Amino acid sequence: MADKATIIVHSGDYDKIYSALIIGTGALAMGMEASLYFTFWGLQRLKKGGLERGPLSKMHMLGLGKWMIRRRMQKANVAKLETLMREFRDLGGKVIACEMTMEIMGVSKEDLREDWIDEYGAVGAYVQEATDSKITLFI
Amino acid sequence: MAHIVVDVKGETCPIPLIETRKALRKAAEGDVVEVVGTHQASKREIPMAVKNLGLQLLDITDADDGTWRIRIRK
Repeated sequence: MADKATIIVHSGDYDKIYSALIIGTGALAMGMEASLYFTFWGLQRLKKGGLERGPLSKMHMLGLGKWMIRRRMQKANVAKLETLMREFRDLGGKVIACEMTMEIMGVSKEDLREDWIDEYGAVGAYVQEATDSKITLFI
Repeated sequence: MAHIVVDVKGETCPIPLIETRKALRKAAEGDVVEVVGTHQASKREIPMAVKNLGLQLLDITDADDGTWRIRIRK
């Protein structure tokens, strides 16, 4: 069995979603398996049209900071989150959506990009994934 | 045996690594995948991925314009 990386995506911040997806795709590219478990604020990013919507974790400044960072990222030719998500899935990465968060926040499956989601799970799903993972992160 | 060229010039982390992996997945055993890029960190990372994947790194060459070429045999 290949080594595995399991990442909890708790934050919905724009920059942290980048971290999660870059590490996730990186792990897959290095020959590992990878799962992303979206919960709480992270789950909001799985809503239709929501992936790029998060604020910056620092210096958001009512959107000005994010606008500046995005411009710099564009200049540096950094891939969009949508692209990274597509690559993550194409390379066999698994996306798990937290059911409890959906219940608490009143999110239904129809609100989410169901085409990205492999599984709807609870803590047991994470623990099971994490148990046989070499890397686990909480972002 | 095919020779597959992956052009990731101008692309930044993690795209060169992802494109390399995609090409290696598609390649048949014995094929040579040649990755051409400009992102310096990727030049160090792609050989690590090759090692993890248990494949053969043929060579790494640098051009004067900062472009590197990595050849991998599947």
